[in-house]
Amino acid sequence: MLKVEQQQPVDFSSALIAKCDEIVKRYPEGKHKSALLPILHEVQAELGWLSNNAMDKVADYLNILPIEVYEVASFYSMYFLKPQGKYMLEVCRTGPCCLVGAEKLMNHIEHSLGVKEGEVTEDGLFSWRGVECLAACGYAPVLQIGPEYTFYENLNEQKVDELIEDLRKR
Amino acid sequence: MARKLLLEHINVPGINTLDVYRQKGGYRAVEKALKTLTPDEIVEEVKKSGLRGRGGAGFPTGMKWSFLAKPEGVARYLVCNADESEPGTFKDRYLMTYIPHALIEGMIVSSFALGANTSYIYVRGEMMPQIRILEKAIAEAKSAGFLGQNILGTGYNLELYVQPGGGAYICGEETALLESLEGKRGNPRIKPPFPAIAGLYGCPTVVNNVESIAAVVPIVNDGGDEYAKIGIGRSTGTKLISASGNLVKPGVYEIELGLPVEEFIYSDEYCGGMANGKRLKATVAGGSSVPILPANLTLKLANGEPRLMSYESLSEGGFATGTMLGSGGFIAFDEDQCIVRNTWNFSRFYHHESCGQCSPCREGTGWMEKVLHRLEYGHGKMSDIDLLVDVSKKIEGNTICPLGDAAAWPVASAIRHFRDEFEWHVKEPVKSLDTNYGLANYAEPIAKAEVTTGN
Repeated sequence: MLKVEQQQPVDFSSALIAKCDEIVKRYPEGKHKSALLPILHEVQAELGWLSNNAMDKVADYLNILPIEVYEVASFYSMYFLKPQGKYMLEVCRTGPCCLVGAEKLMNHIEHSLGVKEGEVTEDGLFSWRGVECLAACGYAPVLQIGPEYTFYENLNEQKVDELIEDLRKR
Repeated sequence: MARKLLLEHINVPGINTLDVYRQKGGYRAVEKALKTLTPDEIVEEVKKSGLRGRGGAGFPTGMKWSFLAKPEGVARYLVCNADESEPGTFKDRYLMTYIPHALIEGMIVSSFALGANTSYIYVRGEMMPQIRILEKAIAEAKSAGFLGQNILGTGYNLELYVQPGGGAYICGEETALLESLEGKRGNPRIKPPFPAIAGLYGCPTVVNNVESIAAVVPIVNDGGDEYAKIGIGRSTGTKLISASGNLVKPGVYEIELGLPVEEFIYSDEYCGGMANGKRLKATVAGGSSVPILPANLTLKLANGEPRLMSYESLSEGGFATGTMLGSGGFIAFDEDQCIVRNTWNFSRFYHHESCGQCSPCREGTGWMEKVLHRLEYGHGKMSDIDLLVDVSKKIEGNTICPLGDAAAWPVASAIRHFRDEFEWHVKEPVKSLDTNYGLANYAEPIAKAEVTTGN
């Protein structure tokens, strides 16, 4: 059975629809399905995650089957199929970052936020997870925060604590 | 100082803007190409340059271009592969962040050479800041008349778009990238047909790495012969190397191919040596997919000669004693690093990134991850080591795309060169949890070149 949050109806703002209209123009006639990935990013940026209703709406918009949206959204690691904290700290956990302390950093974040990987803090502000290589190995350890995917580089425990404090104040 | 073709002006303030980029000679290649050269002449120059694909495979770019089918009345596409995801590689991010017009200019010239009127730059989705940078650069180029209809009055039309990916390593494989660009899961296609015949939307398509496309600019400006004078043998030109790991100065460096590996690691012009006064234990020279080498084989060939940063020298000795230049993702490990743990880490990466289409890769990467996990956490058996070699051999060569090979090689090479460290993890399950095997004899001069477990 779907959880309550997955049954809630969604609305796309007119700004979001305008963005989608712009994206679809990038492709040749009849190849508008190419717009799927960029549109899913825009939807997630507005709604925070991709609910079934949101994905169905995208399918309607692009005139494709809902399954064509689900199979893409579940394949790519950037799309969230359940609600996340307002700030999702994604820490790179691949080889080069681990050589300079990424694992220690993840332990520290778990401790600081008091939630396990993938969980949301009670105030709804934060979640965190380890992700695979973010192509910033020379500035490791790194983490990113969507939807603009701002990068924080050359991190240590103190810098992460400061970042979390900053985000809390926003 | 070595010659710089791509990063010469990287430190000029404002080089990310069209104005400053043009003051430094930018967009000369577009003027030259569109006004004075034919598309075939440009392809010829790229062939003469000896440029090889900078994304990892090292296939000659000019030859790839010459395979492009040109049926009448069918659109052709150029797609730039900016899905940089190979662990250890971050040069394309660097180039797009600091000198985006180098890529835009390369895209215009290359699209003209291939007869493409619509081109896409497929950027990995996490690089949203770089996507914004490129979109801004494209808008600037368009308002200056370098993109759009009737470019520079030559009658050539080109629209250039940036496409975000969704966070999947597999989309760096060119046919998976095309699937993704068509709005589908990134499952690699069975080849043939190759993209040159049937690529994006079934049309003839060329897919090139960011750095390859940027390199077309100096090739057009100075000529293919001039480009080919730089470098060594069939490794022509300059290469961006992403240096990471336990180095004093990790970062992106442009080198002339043929630079000794020892100079790259230890000279102040490049990485400045190992951080914290530690000693070098091992390197992965070309991104996580290429074989890992112990320090002694990194710096010298099996015959004792110095190893160079070139396609040929890095692969000298085959997989028995060599590795590959790959994408130029150079990862240095110091004496405190555990090879078993790192191999497990890479295995988890490939398991996570396998698209699941071919069973040897889908299942095999998972098995390798699990077996390596138990070795790392003190539950391994001696037979696990050969089991890993066996699994890796059964993945290698048995998959649609090279991800299977890329997953198999790091495991096979780690066991080939560091078997004693794996055995130590089995013999000392408790000790290995909080102690590392250390440098052992991996940096000792190469006494014997014999290696028994070559592929």
